Amino acid sequence: MQYAFYPGCVSKGGAPELYQSTMAVAGKLGLELPELFEASCNGAGVLSERNPELADTLNARTLGMAEELGLPLMNICSTCHGVLSQSNARLKKDPAYLARVNEHLKPEGVQYKGTTEVKHMLWVLVEDLGLDKIKQLVVKPLGNLSAAPFYGCYIVRPTWVLGYDEKPQRQHYLEDLIGALGAHSVEYQGFNKCCGFPVLTMNRENALKMTGTHVYDAQTRGADCMVTPCPLCHLNLDGQQTDAAGVVNQQLNLPVLHLPQLVGLAFGIPAKELGLNKNIVGTRRLVEKALG
Amino acid sequence: MLSREFTLSEAEGKHLAGRQPKETMNVNLNVKRYDPDERSPRYQTYTIDVPEAATVLDALIEVRETKDETLALRCSCRSSICGSCAMRINGRARLACKTKAIDMAPAGEPITVEPAGNMPVLKDLIVDFEVFWDKIKAIKPWLQTEGPPPEREYIVPNEAMLNLNTTVACIMCGACVSDCLSLEADPNFLGPAALAKAYRYVGDPRDAHKEERLRELCGAGGIWDCTHCFNCVEVCPKEVAPMDWIIELRREAEVAGNINYNGVRHSKVFAESVKESAWLDEGRLALDSFGDIGGKLAMVPVGLRAIMKGKMPKTGPFHYKRPGAEHVHRLFEELEHKDLKGIKLDTLDAE
Repeated sequence: MQYAFYPGCVSKGGAPELYQSTMAVAGKLGLELPELFEASCNGAGVLSERNPELADTLNARTLGMAEELGLPLMNICSTCHGVLSQSNARLKKDPAYLARVNEHLKPEGVQYKGTTEVKHMLWVLVEDLGLDKIKQLVVKPLGNLSAAPFYGCYIVRPTWVLGYDEKPQRQHYLEDLIGALGAHSVEYQGFNKCCGFPVLTMNRENALKMTGTHVYDAQTRGADCMVTPCPLCHLNLDGQQTDAAGVVNQQLNLPVLHLPQLVGLAFGIPAKELGLNKNIVGTRRLVEKALG
Repeated sequence: MLSREFTLSEAEGKHLAGRQPKETMNVNLNVKRYDPDERSPRYQTYTIDVPEAATVLDALIEVRETKDETLALRCSCRSSICGSCAMRINGRARLACKTKAIDMAPAGEPITVEPAGNMPVLKDLIVDFEVFWDKIKAIKPWLQTEGPPPEREYIVPNEAMLNLNTTVACIMCGACVSDCLSLEADPNFLGPAALAKAYRYVGDPRDAHKEERLRELCGAGGIWDCTHCFNCVEVCPKEVAPMDWIIELRREAEVAGNINYNGVRHSKVFAESVKESAWLDEGRLALDSFGDIGGKLAMVPVGLRAIMKGKMPKTGPFHYKRPGAEHVHRLFEELEHKDLKGIKLDTLDAE
């Protein structure tokens, strides 16, 4: 199974463990991931806010590269996934707009016809590979673990851009996957709310309050860890957890795993290969519990 | 008290009964009840038969009429016009009169009904809208013209009013405010309804206080505190898409020269980084978004924790250009200063 791989900026920068664990898990799953090395940042919603046509042009360029390969595009970031999906929907909706965007791309020789399908790794795992295949590859069922799912806004809203009308089951893929890995999925209020990252530099206290509230909620409901398909959420939930604890005035110590890190643990991939030593909140006890 | 005011008259009931389809369905409502005389809220379940075409509001009224006259709720037009019956149904804000029971429970599942969020509950499904109106009032929701009024009416170009038509469609139901995640964390945030209303005046060519309005909207609790979570776009029953207007306000505020804000710095540094290298320099973004030394210093421990874990940020001299960066740079050169008038970020309607 092949996908044009769009790793996003954060897995190449602040969260290298996401890239590392994705590659390790893809190997087990037999996923071939030719990487779109020349693709640009999609703008994470910030560029489309400044200049929608510029952002859509950059994203048409990326979508055109995947189209040229004849492959669906796979993300490993909820935000990249949402932003590329929104651009894709705008471009597909309006042929005149697509034609204008293609004019901008002409000098480079890239064109986008509007046929690329955008998928997040979570959707690839559940929809394309299937939970039965995932279960077959589980060698260390995570029966000892309770994992709290945290989706990230851009993979859940707007629902009509992300195909939830046709596939409402997408609302619980993360819980389904956690279950397929043998772990218990923790129910809590914040699972599809905002982590606060988008306002981190504008209103740090608010951003950390959101983060702290969700982590505390998951922790008090018995979670051993959180798991997220969004590395931007991860930057806040994991990287800012210490500071968030101060804002919500609670003791927080909850490991936050990237999606492929949890999958990789169940597949028996060594923790170091999954980059679990790079998570900010320590994961050693979690790994011991998972494998114990 | 309110519950009695909206009881169907006998004549109305007969009239509606005559139009109802014969098929009925069994509805299980799990309603959050709150009585100010009791300590804490509780959930109460009701099972009733209603016509298959019934809305959740129909079902709630049926409960009040036949099962429990103490159930308090607000409603009036029953036609998605008045905006009185916004409440949380199965976890998200909806107009009860626009929500069919069968859509919420196709297999007869319980339907959870709760009061709207982010506003104090007065009783059961009735919330206190004072905080909502305070925020609307704060943006000065009236035209502020200057100079002598025209002899006859104000003449404005048709195209100038097209965007305003969307914001004017707001029925003040509070659904967006109920589910706003920024507001949930910070009650001081003006919120989506008030900010969409603010655009209605900022974008009106008759208003003479656009610059002053934009300057005020950039302050604490204003346009830069929206998290982009899309909840307001998702729940608005009239497709006002408040977040789109908050984005418009941000853009207009920057164009008007309101640049000494972290939000603007963040946006500009982001764009510059992608323009130069085709991808994001996270370290630069984290530091240069802050206009004050305190903000920058607060990020230092975060960076140090990452370095301690062996994550060296690819920032500054370590931030390389992606292959093809020259093409990305060219696109920025061509498009970044393009006149954006009339181009709105379309979060796409639900059609």
